[in-house]
Amino acid sequence: MRQFLLFFIIILVGITFIGRLFYLQVYSAEGHNILDDNAIRKVYDYPKRGFVYDRNKKLLVGNQPSYDVMVIPQEVKPLDTLEFCSLLKITKDQFKKTYKRAYNYSPRLPYVFLAHLSKEDYAVLQEKMRKYEGFYIQKRLLRDYQTSVAANVLGFIAEATPSQIASNPYYIMGDLIGKQGVELSYEEELRGIKGIKFIQKDRFNRDIGPYQNGEFDTIPQQGKDITITIDRTLQEYGELLMTNKRGGIVALEPKTGEILALVSAPSYDPNLLVGRKRSENYTKLYRDSIHLPLIDKSLLRVHEPGSPFKAIVALTALQEGVITPQTSLFCSGVYLYGRRGKMGCHCGGGNRDLILGISKSCNSYFANAYRKSLDIVSNSSKSMDIWSNHVKSFGLGEFLGTDLPIGKKGNIPDGAYYDKWYPDFKWVGSTVLSNAIGQGEILVTPIHLANMTAAIANRGFYYTPHIIKHIQGKEIDSKYTTPNYTTIDKKHFEPVIQGLFNVYENNGTAQHLKVPGIEICGKTGTSENFAIIEGKRTQLTDHSLFIAFAPKDDPKIAIAVFVENGYFGSRYAGRIASLMIEKYLKDEVSRTDLENWILTYSLEHEYQKPFSGKPFKINRQGGQETVSPEELKILKDKLKEI
Amino acid sequence: MTRETNRHFKFDWITIVLFLILVGFGWMNILSASHIGDTIDYLDFTQPYGKQLLFISLTLLLIILILSLESKFYVRFSSVLYILSMVSMVGLFLFGKNVNGATAWYGIGGMTIQPSEFAKAATALAIAKHLSDLQIDLKNFKDQIKAFIIISIPALLILLQNDTGSALVYAAFIFVFYREGLPKVYLILGFSLTLITMSALKFGDVTTGIVATVIILTYHITRRKKPQILKTFSIILACLVLSFAVEFLYENILQIHQKDRISLWLRLEKDPAKIQEMQRDILYNLYESEKAISSGGLTGKGYLQGTRTTGKFVPEQHTDYIFSTVGEEWGFVGTAFVVIIFILLLLRILHLSELQKSQFSRVYGYSVAAILFFHFLINIGMVMGLIPTIGIPLPFFSYGGSGLWGFTILLFIFIKLDSNRINEW
Repeated sequence: MRQFLLFFIIILVGITFIGRLFYLQVYSAEGHNILDDNAIRKVYDYPKRGFVYDRNKKLLVGNQPSYDVMVIPQEVKPLDTLEFCSLLKITKDQFKKTYKRAYNYSPRLPYVFLAHLSKEDYAVLQEKMRKYEGFYIQKRLLRDYQTSVAANVLGFIAEATPSQIASNPYYIMGDLIGKQGVELSYEEELRGIKGIKFIQKDRFNRDIGPYQNGEFDTIPQQGKDITITIDRTLQEYGELLMTNKRGGIVALEPKTGEILALVSAPSYDPNLLVGRKRSENYTKLYRDSIHLPLIDKSLLRVHEPGSPFKAIVALTALQEGVITPQTSLFCSGVYLYGRRGKMGCHCGGGNRDLILGISKSCNSYFANAYRKSLDIVSNSSKSMDIWSNHVKSFGLGEFLGTDLPIGKKGNIPDGAYYDKWYPDFKWVGSTVLSNAIGQGEILVTPIHLANMTAAIANRGFYYTPHIIKHIQGKEIDSKYTTPNYTTIDKKHFEPVIQGLFNVYENNGTAQHLKVPGIEICGKTGTSENFAIIEGKRTQLTDHSLFIAFAPKDDPKIAIAVFVENGYFGSRYAGRIASLMIEKYLKDEVSRTDLENWILTYSLEHEYQKPFSGKPFKINRQGGQETVSPEELKILKDKLKEI
Repeated sequence: MTRETNRHFKFDWITIVLFLILVGFGWMNILSASHIGDTIDYLDFTQPYGKQLLFISLTLLLIILILSLESKFYVRFSSVLYILSMVSMVGLFLFGKNVNGATAWYGIGGMTIQPSEFAKAATALAIAKHLSDLQIDLKNFKDQIKAFIIISIPALLILLQNDTGSALVYAAFIFVFYREGLPKVYLILGFSLTLITMSALKFGDVTTGIVATVIILTYHITRRKKPQILKTFSIILACLVLSFAVEFLYENILQIHQKDRISLWLRLEKDPAKIQEMQRDILYNLYESEKAISSGGLTGKGYLQGTRTTGKFVPEQHTDYIFSTVGEEWGFVGTAFVVIIFILLLLRILHLSELQKSQFSRVYGYSVAAILFFHFLINIGMVMGLIPTIGIPLPFFSYGGSGLWGFTILLFIFIKLDSNRINEW
């Protein structure tokens, strides 16, 4: 026994040690990761963020340098706070507060202590920085906008949020990330890949040279430049025309689906969201609940399409063979249906065939065609499904699948939709007659309308609208180069297009908007709308809508214009559409009378009405408001610069 | 084969190979822990790795010297060597050099020598001499006292040099005494003492006193022999006194850093913020060494590639904390290898000791094993945080000339004695 005690103890200790080592090194070890090793300082080298060009290779977004003061709380040594604060131009309280926040975030990770130093402050601070251990200056690149428009398209970049950092290991605190628009959609292409230098530290936190001779260091990969489909001039022109109006313009190139202009009004100057005032400005924009400048109305504003939808009703009816181009109907100014149903019509009355029906926007004609479409099979629900599929083949009622990060579905009802509404009632075409004239349950966004127009212009197909034209060294998604076909045969488009062409001709609803030398096909729209004011459903001035494409036989542009509370279609939307088309196709605008009119009149008074708390009149009685002469002069000066 | 050629093979080559592995691997790790920058000049004697290389080569000469002396020399002169060693330690109080608060070195030219490292071998010889005397029996109280005095003198002298860790090493001799017939009551006593002390600190004196009383009474009632009431009660009284004295001793005898180490080890501090602060400040070494070890993972970061080693995050890494370098750069594979080599060496020495025919050699061998084991236990246990921080080197591994020579002398005297076991005189 005596001779075995030490043997036994030695073996026991050996097993204990190996067990403990196994626990420390294998079982509980997280593995060595140089990124987490606090013996290694990581110095990030940020690449240039990719530039953004417009379709004509005009620079829209570049870069400018910016300097952030970063802190790693664990490494901070007692310092002359007073001097430091005066260098940074902050108060001692701010210093304490920020430091505490940084410490709570993490004592060992870098935290943005003060963002976006000016160049002057940086120059002074840089020399004294080494006195403040734990603080350092991180150079970053900020965006430099070469334009004051297209904020909704370009989007902006901002510091990645903690949840973004947690979900994507690429980002660390203070990194900038695309938050909206193409900056978000093409974040990975634009940002490039940051480089990392690993530097070995000693226990006093001094650098003692590159870690393993820089074997793991990576050099930054520059961000890729991208070209977007926007035509800068057209975009600027569109935004100018929409001054003092609310709504959206979407212009597409039908042959490719490229977005030529995507105007959301009111918008903001993208330069506001750069630099030190960024968060202050952002809060202001975010809180503006009347103008909603951060909301892209061209992509998100859901509304009833109104009369432009009649083109689709016509095409569906033609495809199903329930009407022919020659089918005619006598309009008496009112369409009577059922026992007491009545639908007013403003076309002036008379004998209508398809072409006249479109050019005069005759409600009765399309109510009739629509009702016939819902009678093709005995069951209205099934007929509705067939009708609905035709309509959806134009990209309506679904997400379009653009490469912009936001969008809305809109709504195209099908049979099941009304079966749910009327569970105990045998509904028929006349029950849901409003759809015939693009009201009722039909909901779209301006980009849906523009895409629908492009599909008509192409006589039966469309390319998914997209904003990307070219990425440096990379193909764009094939989804944007593959046509989507509608369910309507090509031959049915000609009569409808003739009708749309006649809208601009004698007695058409847009006859005064004709542009010399361009064959434009268009369609006005005037959609009724309501708001709940103090619990009461109140009618507001109609929305003004217009769709158009030109030239008729070789379409180069398809456009949809939506002006909130602009009253009848040709008043605002029609004028703007005609001007945009002329600007794009001819570069020079001959209809300066239209231009002047648009710039002179403002719709601000209409937007104030629901908030005024007073009773108000709408539509024709609603009154017109002009801008002040000074403002008009400013607008005209801007016009000259475009 | 002639008798002459046969002589060389009588040395236990297994032990020698294990020794060489430890010294060689140790030096590789010292190099890693102490080199600065990328250029390594092996003969740069201003750097620890260069100096250690010099010490190792001198060690080889030392080995030849030790092995060439007659075995009888060590037996005959054991007392003289012991006395010389003690005198050299007393001399420290007159001529010693103070380094880091401990007066444990002689400064000779540019070199320093630490006599306490050599005292272990001398004490082992003296103990071997004492116990191998036919007149001596460790069941005898007088002989026990003599044996304890032999180990207490160096221990006290070292304690006076303010080197608590090295003094504690002499406790290892209790294993030797036990092997040679010391009644097991001493072992039980030592074990109970430690247990009561720890328990009193951790759970409080009252709880410990009650628990100890209950255990002893239970034993007293259940045992079959005739109960000795007086004995039982005196034991209970001793336990109670000790329980209540611990707190006083802890507060008044120990130095602050020792209290902190124990307090952290036994988790006496309740406030987590304070614990964290203590871990970072007081036990900075341990904190960093544990981190370095666990960052090594299964296979380590590679030789000369340890980030915490290169960054010199672990202070004293090339001396007492050398094992953390192994942990970081060689991973679990490396640390397990070192532990296994040590265990093999210790078991080999124990095995050889049991084979000895002379009691002197057996006692000496046992002492060698016990001393090496104690260093191994305390050093690696400390570096991994299993044992409170006690600064003693890892034999053959840690940087330091005196230490290396001290352990080499200790081991090779035994190898010499062992080589002689066949032709006993």
